[in-house]
Amino acid sequence: MLIETEPHYRQPLLRTPFHERMRAFSQVDSFIPWSGYSTVDVFSTVEQEYFAIRNGASLYDLTPMVKYAITGPDATRFLDRLVTRSIAKLAAGRVAYAVWCDDAGRLIDDGTVFRLAEQEYRLCTGERQLDWLLDSSIGFDVRIAEVTAEIAALALQGPCSCWILKALDLEGIETLAPFEHRLFTLPDRAAGAGMAMMVSRTGFTGDLGYELWVDPADAERLWDALMEAGRIRTIRPVGSRALNIARLEAGFLLPNVDFVSSAHTLRNGTARSPLELGLGWCVDFRKGHFTGRRALLEEHGRAPARRLVGLDIEGTKPAHNALLYADRGGRREIGSVTSAAWSPTCKRNIALAMLAAPHFETGRQVWAEIYLNRELTWERRIVRARVVDRPFFAPSRRRATPPGDF
Amino acid sequence: MSASRYDCIVIGAGHNGLTCAAYLARAGRRVLVLEAAERPGGAAGTREFAPGFRVSGCAHLLHLMPGWLLAELRLASHGLRMAAERMPTLALSGADALRIPMDPDSAAQDLEAPDAHAFREYAATMKRLGGALRPLLEAVPPRLGSRAWRDRLTLLGLGAKLRLLGRADLRELLRIAGMCVQDLLDEHFENPLLKGALAFDAVLGTNLGPRSPGSVFTLLYRLAAGGGTGASLAQPVGGLGALTEALAQAARAAGAELRFAAPVARMVVAEDAAAGVILESGERLEADCVVSSADPRTTFLRLLGAEHLDAGFVRRVTHLRTLGMTAKLHLALESLPRFTALAGAAPTGRLVIAPSPRAVEQAFNDAKYGRFSAAPLLEVIVPTAVDPGLAPAGRHVLSAVVQYAPYRVAGGWEEQRERFLDTILQTLEAHAPGLRESVRAAELLTPQDIEAQFRISGGHWHHAELALDQFFMVRPLAGAAQYRAPLRGLFLCGAGCHPGGGVMGLAGHNAARQILARAA
Repeated sequence: MLIETEPHYRQPLLRTPFHERMRAFSQVDSFIPWSGYSTVDVFSTVEQEYFAIRNGASLYDLTPMVKYAITGPDATRFLDRLVTRSIAKLAAGRVAYAVWCDDAGRLIDDGTVFRLAEQEYRLCTGERQLDWLLDSSIGFDVRIAEVTAEIAALALQGPCSCWILKALDLEGIETLAPFEHRLFTLPDRAAGAGMAMMVSRTGFTGDLGYELWVDPADAERLWDALMEAGRIRTIRPVGSRALNIARLEAGFLLPNVDFVSSAHTLRNGTARSPLELGLGWCVDFRKGHFTGRRALLEEHGRAPARRLVGLDIEGTKPAHNALLYADRGGRREIGSVTSAAWSPTCKRNIALAMLAAPHFETGRQVWAEIYLNRELTWERRIVRARVVDRPFFAPSRRRATPPGDF
Repeated sequence: MSASRYDCIVIGAGHNGLTCAAYLARAGRRVLVLEAAERPGGAAGTREFAPGFRVSGCAHLLHLMPGWLLAELRLASHGLRMAAERMPTLALSGADALRIPMDPDSAAQDLEAPDAHAFREYAATMKRLGGALRPLLEAVPPRLGSRAWRDRLTLLGLGAKLRLLGRADLRELLRIAGMCVQDLLDEHFENPLLKGALAFDAVLGTNLGPRSPGSVFTLLYRLAAGGGTGASLAQPVGGLGALTEALAQAARAAGAELRFAAPVARMVVAEDAAAGVILESGERLEADCVVSSADPRTTFLRLLGAEHLDAGFVRRVTHLRTLGMTAKLHLALESLPRFTALAGAAPTGRLVIAPSPRAVEQAFNDAKYGRFSAAPLLEVIVPTAVDPGLAPAGRHVLSAVVQYAPYRVAGGWEEQRERFLDTILQTLEAHAPGLRESVRAAELLTPQDIEAQFRISGGHWHHAELALDQFFMVRPLAGAAQYRAPLRGLFLCGAGCHPGGGVMGLAGHNAARQILARAA
């Protein structure tokens, strides 16, 4: 569905089917690359967009998310050997967050697995994985095809998201439970021919929200319908920066920020295991063999050396890239911050950080070294921080079915 | 089916499987050997290829199996006799024959100056280098980065042995180890027949030509495996099948149970450990460990299955270089072939038809581009010249290893087989006029036939190409180089393991050592 009007060297980044609509809405013309596509960093101001996610409704263009169609008689067995959690247990019509590792049990990437039918899946990931998927398919009767450009995807997130879809007459949308997906028809009031779309109750915000998957030819029609229906609920397109604050509040990891894929690490000891990243809950040692299982099982039997945890930091200044210490004097270095933000909703200064044992235990106090730029005069602060449980923000509306009307 | 329980199930009754089984049984393990064929042997067996005519089916000479192994397993008392030992190698080219000296001291009587002098020095150096590398072959490869005392001791021992070589030899080893054999031979010799035969030894059974880097390594390997000189060529009475029959007897005598016509369909995995096998008949057999003498690709991908292995490991298994390049010819003959160059003498030695390094390289060029060699190179023996019992009275068999025959040949082997056979017979006829007339039956085994008949994926007689990248601590591949699979309870003992193929038995012996060390 890509229409290339210019040679690639003039237009190195691909455009999603929502590009023209997003460009029209953009006030600051701030586009950034994502998986070979041009995508929006910020439309107007990060604050406005953030509050649309938490207090109204937001649209985020997910199209660059890499999508693979995985089908064939061994599709379930293939995925169960690929990812660390059980796919056999995933019912058709449901979605699961999953991670996959190399032989050494180091994380390659994370993503979501959609079970569309008995032996039919869609795998969505941040980065391209075809080489690893093909390696993993040796010995399995499975077909793997990249379908990224064949599906336009839009995240509709925020407390008013269900209300908007109901306003668009998506019949039965309020019965869609978290991590479910289903086919819906968006009725066309004028013409009569409705638009087919898949809706999943998933997202990267930790809030009530949906992801909508349509034919790229229908993309602009969908955008227009949502913007129109959501107008009185202050719907607003959002960029990656606002989303980044929301995902941090929800405690979600961002590849290349909170971990580096073991396919890309060059230095010894910088690749991370799911256990170190606090993803032990999605490692199922009882389901049978998967790549990295033996290495992870061995690691599981040892005392953990480090762990990614949440931090609640004194003050209001985000602790970007801060080094962490066991002592106020800053002599015993014990880790560093991977993501940090002031959380406008929690009114807390939050961060994700990798901490060495035993400092990662919940409740422990550590010290963060923060650098402040005061009109090019740099100041160094060492502030108190406490290890806390994730997520930082988990409203009950994200799970309520049917969702409330906001 | 009632489930029987064994300590170890060994898959395959070739020389490595049987050697491993014998050592395990001697140590008191309850061992079951499962063989797909009707008799023991695998690629070291004797087959009747025409009524009344028998021949060693794949390997046809015994020169790599260490004497101590033959003695420890008391193979002589289990019926192993030699029809010929210390068989000479004769390089033939039309009417010319050159006896390749067996050791440095016999150079003067076989060669003319200055080659005689050069050979004495060359052979002495190669003998020392081969001797220094010998312990490498008998060792269980250590693990990299391991802190186990056994791994460290092995490395230390190998280092010490190399250090003892002295500065000059060590320097020479470093200089030549990665070289091509053509350059090495050109440094020393003039006689093309001598160089051709030595180049042939370097590339026999490999995917290399004399100008391929690494072809000195394979020559050194052959010398190390053969005890330094490569001169101890022997032919058992009854062919190599007699060796494996004796090994089978030794294993039985030690208490192992052997079952034939019992092909394994797949392994049983329970709680992430090999727990037995299921036969093609459906019968299920249980054991604490499974030892496979099958090639690594068959073992991991067919018998075990990728689903029990990590994806990166499986990819490395598929990248193993396992395609054979060597064919085998068996002829049933009305009479003893008369080689012109032997001037009436009986062909009781090993005859090499590889007239010059250039001829070897040209034969390789064909194969490199997917054709069989237009002028193939041959290692010929006439087993009945020393062991008449292999054929009906007065009749003879000829056995030839033929280089080069690519696994995938342009046009396909179905179509090319007869043409290749004709080409080989022409070469033989040129050296032994009248031979074609005397042929009663012929059997040509291409790498694809070897794959199908001996169940060796790729049809390579070493199971996996022997080269520096598939040797010692990375043979067959990292993660399975200590005879141990990534899966608990699964071991490898075939030619795909260190130190490789040839009828040596060390892979089987070392694997048994490793299995017993684990339990101890």
